[in-house]
Order: sequence, then structure tokens, then C-alpha cells
Amino acid sequence: MEKFEKMTAIAAPMPLINIDTDMIIPKQFLKTIKRSGLGVSAFHEMRYHMDGTENPEFVLNQDAYRNANILVAGDNFGCGSSREHAPWALLDFGVRCVISTSFADIFYNNCFKNGILPVIVTDEELNLLMQDAEKGSNARMVIDLESQLIKTSDGQIINFDVDQHRKHCLINGLDDIGLTMEKVASIDMFEKQMATNAPWV
Amino acid sequence: MAPKTLYDKIWDAHVAHQGDDGTCLLYIDRHLVHEVTSPQAFEGLRMSGRKVRAPEKTIAVPDHNVPTTLDRLKGIDNEESRIQVEALDKNAREFGVVYYPVDDIRQGIVHIIGPEQGWTLPGMTIVCGDSHTATHGAFGALAHGIGTSEVEHVLATQTLIQKKSKNMRVEITGKLSKGVTAKDITLAVIGETGTAGGTGYVIEYCGEAIRSLSMEGRMTICNMAIEGGARAGLIAPDEITFNYCEGRPNAPTGRLWNAAVKYWRTLFSDDKAHFDKTITLKGEDIAPVVTWGTSPEDVLPITAIVPAAKDFNGGKVNAAQRSLDYMGLTPGTPLQDVEIDAVFIGSCTNGRIEDLRAAAEIVKGKKVQDGLIAMVVPGSGLVRLQAEEEGLAEIFKQAGFEWRLAGCSMCLGMNPDQLGPQVRCASTSNRNFEGRQGRGSRTHLMSPAMAAAAAVTGKLTDVRELM
Ligand code: SF4
Repeated sequence: MEKFEKMTAIAAPMPLINIDTDMIIPKQFLKTIKRSGLGVSAFHEMRYHMDGTENPEFVLNQDAYRNANILVAGDNFGCGSSREHAPWALLDFGVRCVISTSFADIFYNNCFKNGILPVIVTDEELNLLMQDAEKGSNARMVIDLESQLIKTSDGQIINFDVDQHRKHCLINGLDDIGLTMEKVASIDMFEKQMATNAPWV
Repeated sequence: MAPKTLYDKIWDAHVAHQGDDGTCLLYIDRHLVHEVTSPQAFEGLRMSGRKVRAPEKTIAVPDHNVPTTLDRLKGIDNEESRIQVEALDKNAREFGVVYYPVDDIRQGIVHIIGPEQGWTLPGMTIVCGDSHTATHGAFGALAHGIGTSEVEHVLATQTLIQKKSKNMRVEITGKLSKGVTAKDITLAVIGETGTAGGTGYVIEYCGEAIRSLSMEGRMTICNMAIEGGARAGLIAPDEITFNYCEGRPNAPTGRLWNAAVKYWRTLFSDDKAHFDKTITLKGEDIAPVVTWGTSPEDVLPITAIVPAAKDFNGGKVNAAQRSLDYMGLTPGTPLQDVEIDAVFIGSCTNGRIEDLRAAAEIVKGKKVQDGLIAMVVPGSGLVRLQAEEEGLAEIFKQAGFEWRLAGCSMCLGMNPDQLGPQVRCASTSNRNFEGRQGRGSRTHLMSPAMAAAAAVTGKLTDVRELM
């Protein structure tokens, strides 16, 4: 997993609530057996017309936002299906950070596993960041995970919370499986106890 | 000892390791696997030279991509779908996990066959790379969806890194009125809480109306916990649960069965257990409902009218307008005047035998309206078989429904069962998101009986008028 350090990047505004994972990556793209290559299909139905041409109204099709690496989005981002293809598609597009007032649990979790930082802010903070994102490509936001802060293009600072274990893994690009393997003795022991306590399992 | 909720009890019984910051390694008793969210996980194992730690606790089945037409054993036309199913086939055999291939009568939707085969039992932890894993909570098992990275983690370690969720209690008191089913309850709850209302919680459903449901109904309830934002839904096990489990192929027998039941009887929330949030609905107040929009929270009684965007507040105003445009609905129209083009009866929400019985009861001796696309897709090969033995298949066929083989089918249309743009569908599935059943298609969620009623009249219909 790629490390997440400090980034200065363009943020795209998506002021819609309940952006679900079907919207982020529709089902026809779930047939891949790879993790990469989904970026061109991210937000497919909003991004392209039926005939495959771009919908110029969609934010990521506007020149100012084609290279956005941050999304600022409405409440309950990532709800619906557990498909990890959603963060894979965002990552492949180049998104490393999503800011919203709330996220669906599974999506939130999946982000961390893929080097994407989901940041939860208050309603007022989201309004402020949304306005900042609307300024286009000259307005770059700073996301500083180490110090847990966002700096708007005009220098306003917003602090955010993040689980320390997840922060540690993200900053160091650590893979969960490797970390868990170090605790294999606990798992062995647990299985032994289970064999006595609940042999029917 | 401090009083515990059902969730607390199952959680505590599965913590294999606890870190200083409260992060736990939760031991997983059953891992269900399907073809869409697993290929990258198996590939990860292969690349790092890891094995599946507990193949005998890992159950794989293809369901999302499989065609449901009778000729499906001839193979899958769509190349990507075929590759995905073949990848599962190869991975299941190579890693030695329990496997139900397409040509096995026991094949079906992963959340239907887990319980059917007795893999799902009370008190267990169950995960699957699929958000509707919540279904298994109906047995008093802690069951939730995970992402593909976590699938790989569970395959390799049989554990999941987890922080505990909060406890929420949803109580449905009293009795249900005529024509009201488990699907109406679960939709009504989401209408009440919103799709984010359960975020961060595990929901325990309780109350007289829940207790009197069959296992099939309870599974329908828990299936949609995720649509309310909760990762998992739970219902405490009781005699109904034990009766369902007894004799299933992978359920314990004899002395082990008795020991298991003795333990399962301890799985309930203690009297004074703490819930962070409680919601109570009266069973009598719940009507047969349908959704009008593109979020499962857009729920209304069938007797209502299409709302206007201005009826809502905040971010929902724009979202509601977008939904109305997408769904092609005019505010003020009675829902019962909305004409439909298609009917889908199936999915892990409502593809079990009881669902098919309820639908068959309504269509018996009647005809599907001319020109409608109408299909019944049983949740598993065994449900299909049973429905044929009970004569339900014949009822559906005579009414004009297509009678299909088991799979996810038009719940999400990854296989050829898709709807065209603007096609309006009465569906027993669980998601009405934009494009869910096919690009531009319009989904109204409802119970099997309500979908059957819609098939007969060609409109969204109050099933009570046909009873
Ligand atoms: S039936 Fe639908 S919701 Fe259930 S597992 Fe299949 S696609 Fe998912």
C-alpha cells in the first residue's frame, strides 16, 4: 500500500448526499479480477452519456477538476454495496482523500485498506471546504495526516480526528495481514479453546 | 457481572486478541465467498505465498454473475462474467474450500444457502465480501459485510481487525395487520431511521412482531439492516431458530446438538443491558409499503401520494428532486396509479420458500398483465425444487411468470437479467439505487405479495385489495 503523507492538491466539490458505491462504480465494472484500471469508469453513469461521450456538467469532466485528488462530498458518502471496487476506482482515478460529514462503515474501512484517507468534518466545516473546492484548480487544499489538519487555499485550518492505529498504518503504508500474522499464537490459542468450548462450530 | 446485550455476548466470545487502543482481532467462524469480491483476495494470497487458514470454515458459491436461464450449463456468454466464475472455481479447488459449483443443486445466493446448509448457526461470527451478510443475523449470529482486503485478511488469518460498534435496539411491538410482512417492517424501519441512522451500530430487532416471524421473515428483516446503515442486524435465537437449524446438513447432531442448544439459550440481551439508541414502532401502524425514490429510505405506505422535493429538508431537497426526475414521477400522483413494466421476485431479501408462497397465493388463478416482464428467481436450487414440489412453480408459470434458476439475477443485473432505461420495476430486492437493475432503470422496492399484486394489475397495488 502506498504511504499517505502530506498532500497539496485540487479538491472537487460533489455536494450530493448519499453518494452510494453503485454510483461510484456501477456493477458492470465489478467483473474484473484485478484491482487496477477502474479509474476511467469511476462515477460512470454521471460522468458519461449513454453514447459514451463525456457529460460536461459532471465535475470531474471540467478542466479545473480533471486532476483532482481530493473529493469534498455530501453526507453518508459510500453507502450501499461493500464493493472495494469503489475505493479502487477512486484511487485509480487519483483520489487519495475524501471529505464528508459522514461515511458508510464498510466504505470508510475500505478506504484505509487502500491508502485513501476519509476525513469526517462538521456541517459548517464541510460548507467552508465545499466553497473552497468550488474555486477550481488554482485553489489547492493541504491535507496533513501527521498533524491531522486540512488547510484551505486561503489558509484556514480545520483539524480532524482519525483512529491512531489506522493513521499509523496509512502513514507507514503497512499491510494489515502482515501485522496480524505476528499475533498468530493468539489465534492458535483461541482455536484450541473453541475446540473445547464450542466443538460444534 | 454487568448486563450485556446479545451483541456484547457474541463479540466477547470471539475476541482472539485485544490491542492497547481497543482494536480487536475478532475470530471468524464462517467465511462465505462469492465470485465478485474474492478474485483479488485469492490473488493476494497467491502472491504472498499464503494459504487459507481454515478452508473447512470457508464456503464458496458463484451467484452474482450466473445466468438464470435453463440453458446456463452450456456456459456463460459474457466473457468477463465467465472469467470471474472460472476464477472462483479455480480458487475454490486450489485452496480447498467448501464449494457449491453452478451445476450443484445446492447452488444459490450465498446468503440463502448459508442458512439452508446449516453453515449459519446462532452465536457465530460470519463474514462475506457482501454487504447483505447482515442476513445471517436472523439466527443471532454476528454477521456483516467486508471489503476484498478484509476477505484476504480472513482467508489468511481467520480473523478480522475490528473495533466494537455501538448497540441499537429496534423494537416492533404488537401484531402485524393483514397484508403486512417482514419486508414492510424492515422498509418502514429504514423510512424511520434513514439510510445513515444505523451507521456505527449493530441493531438488535426485538418485540412481539419480530418474535412471531418465521426464520425466513427474520432473514428479510436483518438482510436490510445495512440499508439502514448498520453493518449487522441481530435477532435473539429461540425455538423457531433451533427448529430451523435442526437436521440441516452442517448443523451438529446428538450430544453436540444438545450442548449447542444449551449455549444458544444464553444468547439474548440481559434485562438491564445498555443500548445507545432505541427505536420503537407499533406493528399495527405499519402498512404495506413501497419505495418511490432512489434511496431505500424513500418509503411510503402504498396508499400515499408521490411527495414533492419541498416536503424535505436540507440536503434531502436536492436528493429528492433528483430521485423524482430519475424515477419519472410527478408529485401528488397516488402511488397506486403508477404503472409498471416489470416485476422481479427473488434476491437474498425475498428469494426463500415462504416468499414464493406469499407471491403464489396472490397470483393463483390470475394472469400477469400483458406486456410485463415478470420473473421469479428462487434463491437457491433447493428452494426452486421445493417450490416445484409444492406446486408454486406451476402457479407462476400459468400466470405468465418466467420460472428461473437460482442466482442474484435482476437484483443487480450483473448477469444478463437487466432492465432497460426508464423501465419501471416492482422488485422484491433491497436496493433502488440509480442504475441498480440496469442503467436508467427504475426500481420500486416492496414485499413479494405486493410485487405479485403489481404483476396482476400492472400498477403499484395495495395487496390488501386482492386478499
Ligand atoms: S441477491 Fe442482490 S443483494 Fe443479495 S447478494 Fe445477490 S446481488 Fe447482493
